[in-house]
Amino acid sequence: MSSATALSWFARHELRLAWREWLAMMTGGRRRRTRAAVIGLVIFAALMHLPAWAVIGRYAGLQAPLDKTSLIVMTSTVFLAWALMLSQAIESVTRVFYARADLDLIMSSPAKLANVFSVRIAAIALTVTAMALLLSTPFVDVLVLGGGARWLSAFGVVTAVGLSAAAFAIAITIVLFRLIGPARTRLIAQILAAVIGAGFVIALQIAAILSYGTLSRFAVLTSDAATAYAPGADSLLWWPAHALLGDSQALLLLLSMGLVLLGVVMAIFSPRFADTAISASAHAASSRQGKGARAFRSGSRQQALRRKEFLLLGRDPWLVSQTLMQLLYLVPPALFLWRSFSDSSAALVLISPVIVMAAGQLAGGLAWLTISGEDAADLVATAPLSPSHVTRAKIEVVMISIGVIFAPLVAALVFLEPLQAMITAAGVAIAAASATAIQLWFRVQAKRSQFRRRQTSSRIATFAEAFSSIGWAATSALVLVVPIAAVVSALMTIAIVAATWKFSPRRE
Amino acid sequence: MNGQTSALQLRGLTKRFDRLAVDALDLTIRSGEFYALVGPNGAGKTTTLRMVAGLLKPDAGSVDVFGIDALNDPVAAKQVMAWVSDEPMIYDKLTPLEYLEFVAGLWGIEPSVSQSCAHTLLVSLGLEPHLDERCEGFSKGMRQKVALAGALVHDPRLIILDEPLTGLDAVSARHVKGLLGERVRAGCTVIMTTHILEVAERMADRIGVIASGRLVAEGTLAELRQQNGHTDTSLEDLFIALVHEKAEAA
Repeated sequence: MSSATALSWFARHELRLAWREWLAMMTGGRRRRTRAAVIGLVIFAALMHLPAWAVIGRYAGLQAPLDKTSLIVMTSTVFLAWALMLSQAIESVTRVFYARADLDLIMSSPAKLANVFSVRIAAIALTVTAMALLLSTPFVDVLVLGGGARWLSAFGVVTAVGLSAAAFAIAITIVLFRLIGPARTRLIAQILAAVIGAGFVIALQIAAILSYGTLSRFAVLTSDAATAYAPGADSLLWWPAHALLGDSQALLLLLSMGLVLLGVVMAIFSPRFADTAISASAHAASSRQGKGARAFRSGSRQQALRRKEFLLLGRDPWLVSQTLMQLLYLVPPALFLWRSFSDSSAALVLISPVIVMAAGQLAGGLAWLTISGEDAADLVATAPLSPSHVTRAKIEVVMISIGVIFAPLVAALVFLEPLQAMITAAGVAIAAASATAIQLWFRVQAKRSQFRRRQTSSRIATFAEAFSSIGWAATSALVLVVPIAAVVSALMTIAIVAATWKFSPRRE
Repeated sequence: MNGQTSALQLRGLTKRFDRLAVDALDLTIRSGEFYALVGPNGAGKTTTLRMVAGLLKPDAGSVDVFGIDALNDPVAAKQVMAWVSDEPMIYDKLTPLEYLEFVAGLWGIEPSVSQSCAHTLLVSLGLEPHLDERCEGFSKGMRQKVALAGALVHDPRLIILDEPLTGLDAVSARHVKGLLGERVRAGCTVIMTTHILEVAERMADRIGVIASGRLVAEGTLAELRQQNGHTDTSLEDLFIALVHEKAEAA
């Protein structure tokens, strides 16, 4: 087989793997669901046009030349998309290093590894870009329908952004490997992926709070200060915005830059990809040293179970990164809270839904890890402990963890608005309890390492968990401003949770 | 035989999935006995043991463990039992000592007793250099040894093992066999499924041959030979003959 044939053959293999992985994610690993998944996806894409219209429809008429404020907003939006794609790409690269079962096969084959890994890098870039194109389609459609075919160039911008994000992700991950070693890279890369995704929006919110006393990130982007500090209209910085508006020269430059970046990364890092992969697999085979021996602790059986859960949660890299992300999301409201001590503001109400929403989402993840992600299910099932005691101990772990994480924020709120603090505390408890109940009703026996796929096991549970958190968040805000509307919101959320229970496989 | 001298009594134990997996199985295992359950793939060995361990609910029949009705009082039955499967289920993020501390806590064993027992067990299984390492980097054999130590740390009266020697090297397999032999000599009852007929032949006091969910033969090796009219055949030959007979009869 010639070198070119071998490369194209390997590229086909990589694309087939990526396609099947994506299909498995959509269908929950059940091939019979493919048709239903396709129909669901088409309906979802069609429905996505509505929020896309609401968010972006009014900008369809934008024409060059743009004023500085519009340029800042558009460029920031492209940067946000780039940050999100970078986050996804870092996650993909880490997965290739640590989770692909075929590295031994590839590295023991007589194929030239630099070529093979060049293809793999290209496949990562293609996957990230394809996903971004898919997600951006409703938004671009809305712009094309409202503003004409010139907006089709947005697909080109998304492609360029995807290529450069993949290139940066590969470079960042390999540099991390070199700097801190494979043992820490996995955790740090996961944290980085989480932080980069949310970091830009949070940074804007923080700036908005500190400068303008509002949570709206647009306050910064549309401010006079931003306009004053922004470079002139002919700056390279605005080329993504020009490309979006249909400037073909700017678009070609962006695409070329994306391709060159990826090419450079492939040329520099492909030969090192193999070494990095070997280090990662060698790390997987070695053991991490725990703390030295200490005395066994006494306590009830439930206490033993709770201790084990807390120990495992504390050692879970996913949880560490997710908790950090949730805490990052809480930084703006916490800052807002701190500012409000000196300057009481009606906008303080906004803090409660943010806290309640974060509590619901985190509780859902924690509940999956403790209830479904039981690595030694047989051991726990054969222990002399009734199933109800086991479940209760696991629920207690979730609720205690949520309490510990969110209590400081609620306590700070007590000093400012005691009533709001009470309502927020109740919202946190109810949202966490609802998310935990949903995970309990839809529990499946799985390994903790399968957490990434938890959302594919039941779409109903995933959506119900999200809607329940949103519902309780909305209710907590409405209680403070329009109590009668809060009753309606609470009833709707209860109905969602009740309907979820009705459709659940375990009505216990 | 009464309930006092039997460690395990199964009566009419039945389980159906897509097909009948266990077919009204009657089985009695004496206290202090090493019993090997052998049979072809899909014969119902694992399903039977999972029902005994409380991991599967039978469709019909009874399970009696040291006089305790395991279906009506599973917690009391589980207190005296331990289960080890062929796929060791341990926690990657715990060290062997932390795992054993957790298991001992689940069975309500006093820490003063379980700590020294855990240490002795891990040392006897050759895991001393790895006591404080997380299990995530362990080989399958090492994981199986940790799981086995977990099963023994609460000093069970009945140990149920499903293919416990799978994935173990010769030295580790000898360690495990030695440990199980010690437990039986100390009065513990062991029931084990295995595909390694040589192990059943050497270690078991009695052997049960199961096929299509039913016990087709049972006894010591000598009794099995006598029942089948062979005087000098290996267990492997006997096993093949019995399973072949059962298949022809079906």
